[in-house]
Amino acid sequence: MNIYAASKVAYRSLRANKMRSILTMLGMIIGVAAVIAMVSIGAGANERISAQIASVGSNLILVIPGSTTSGGLRSGFGGVPTLTMADAKAIGKELAAVARATPSVRGSAPVVYGNQNWSTIIQGVTPEFFQIRDWALAGGRYFTGAEVEAAAKVAVLGQTVADNLFGEESPVGKIVRIKRVPFTVAGILEKKGQSPQGQDQDDIVIVPVTSAQRKILGSAHIGTVGGILAQAVDAASIGEAERQIVELLKQRHRIGPGQENDFSVRNLSEMLAVAEESTRIMSLLLGAIASVSLLVGGIGIMNIMLVSVTERTREIGIRMAVGARERDILLQFLIEALVLAVTGGAIGILAGVGGSKLISLFAGWSTLISSGAVFLAFGFSAAVGIFFGFYPARKASRLDPIEALRYE
Amino acid sequence: MGVPAIEVEHLGKTYRLGEVNVEALRDVSLTVDRGEFIAIMGASGSGKSTLMNILGCLDKPSRGTYRLDGEDVGSLSRDALATIRRMKIGFVFQGFNLLSRMTALENVELPMIYGDTPSPVRRERAREALRAVGILDREHHLPSQMSGGQQQRVAIARAIVNAPSLLLADEPTGNLDTATSIDIMTIFQGLATDRGITMVLVTHETEIAQYSKRIVRFRDGRIVSDSPVAAS
Repeated sequence: MNIYAASKVAYRSLRANKMRSILTMLGMIIGVAAVIAMVSIGAGANERISAQIASVGSNLILVIPGSTTSGGLRSGFGGVPTLTMADAKAIGKELAAVARATPSVRGSAPVVYGNQNWSTIIQGVTPEFFQIRDWALAGGRYFTGAEVEAAAKVAVLGQTVADNLFGEESPVGKIVRIKRVPFTVAGILEKKGQSPQGQDQDDIVIVPVTSAQRKILGSAHIGTVGGILAQAVDAASIGEAERQIVELLKQRHRIGPGQENDFSVRNLSEMLAVAEESTRIMSLLLGAIASVSLLVGGIGIMNIMLVSVTERTREIGIRMAVGARERDILLQFLIEALVLAVTGGAIGILAGVGGSKLISLFAGWSTLISSGAVFLAFGFSAAVGIFFGFYPARKASRLDPIEALRYE
Repeated sequence: MGVPAIEVEHLGKTYRLGEVNVEALRDVSLTVDRGEFIAIMGASGSGKSTLMNILGCLDKPSRGTYRLDGEDVGSLSRDALATIRRMKIGFVFQGFNLLSRMTALENVELPMIYGDTPSPVRRERAREALRAVGILDREHHLPSQMSGGQQQRVAIARAIVNAPSLLLADEPTGNLDTATSIDIMTIFQGLATDRGITMVLVTHETEIAQYSKRIVRFRDGRIVSDSPVAAS
């Protein structure tokens, strides 16, 4: 019997038991739809994380004061001001693997414009910061190195701050008061959205580091900074850049071998890679859970095929008596299982795609349907059909024709 | 006369029923010539059904040899036996054994589906077979829409559609009334004489056996008599 003839026979017998066939397919439909929806949710989350990672800036290295030794007291981790402006300058200028670096101080302060007032983060940096964070302007200009030297009272606003203080008005050139000190708005930054940690990155005011220290935040030790942001020349040299920074700072801080560092270096890409990995595992988990329902669908097919083989024992006997070989019977039942699985799979794909669209529409989660996942789900459902159809089909093909003909 | 259609020598069949061995056939030897029409008679349990299953290549003998058209089929594989059933043997059963979801025509086409005969040829030959048994007007009817006699005609058409050399009929008139039985037996006689198909008929009705040319009686797995039917 050829495949075409076998398909016709299979189609006919599935139609003869419409309700049963539909219910059996429902198992596959739910399974495939669940896999597609879950994988698309996972892929969507993954994509969002990737976008966030890109928004933080590439090849970023963070140097913070304090030691990271494990065990014992980590007193003043990030608090003891051991890093200086000069350290930042040296990292940016002297190291081959570091493209640029900026000192950074952070604090919060109220910002006032007219009768509007907004409490936000004030970050003091040098102009390299904008390159390191890959942060474009929405309007106006960045502040310059000369302005840093002069501790000029200029500020660049994040979108959230601009929106809250100015609304529709254009902020560029206007005067805002940060802790009652008047600053001229030089530029507005483009929107970056949430950080991987869920903070609003646009709720910020960037000012020259000198201005921040002298006019807004103050500083206990003159010349010290809260941290240093550095950018490696490329992704491959992040490790080398880290090593060079540690070496340079050890030398500059006169830390001998065996002594504890008074600073620590962190690689942001690494931290974010961890976040990415966790969403990946999450989406794998979702897919795995959904696959269980696909498995259950497959068992449903096997179950119904076994019932069908028993019910049609006599038919099998007749077919054998008129000359059907084992492989003819095997093919017939295998194709029947395959038709069930693949039809269910196809409907399941439609349901899964529709479902994930609905999820992103109503729950606001980003979903991403890849053609790979669709093909995989379809292939998997066909495989399920063959796998779970094989045992019943084989059972049918191995029947003794005499027994089968006698079966009532 | 050439090679006989059926040549059975010292055939034996033993079944295991739990701990007990049941001797269904004991040392049966039988030769049936081509185109011969024989009837096998005997009480139930006499071994006649077992012989039919072996002759029909549905079962293998435990002992002895069975040559069909000169070919020893005792040692063939399941698939090879299936091919022989398709090419050389036609079955007619007491309960008709038509597939209920298929029309008369499709039922007759069934043996050819397994031979990969192209569809138009299949249809043509199935129609011919239906015409030969006088039931072509019902080709699109389902078995449930036909009388017993009509169903048995369809079953005979299915049995002869591949032009077999051997036709095995197991109580073919058991479910039919007398008038229909006569019709069916007349068809069988015609097939034996006109087409030269070797006919083996199992029955327990003496009147039905009279349509054959030779009656073989079984008891306890052995042949007890083998005699030609007196011409009436």
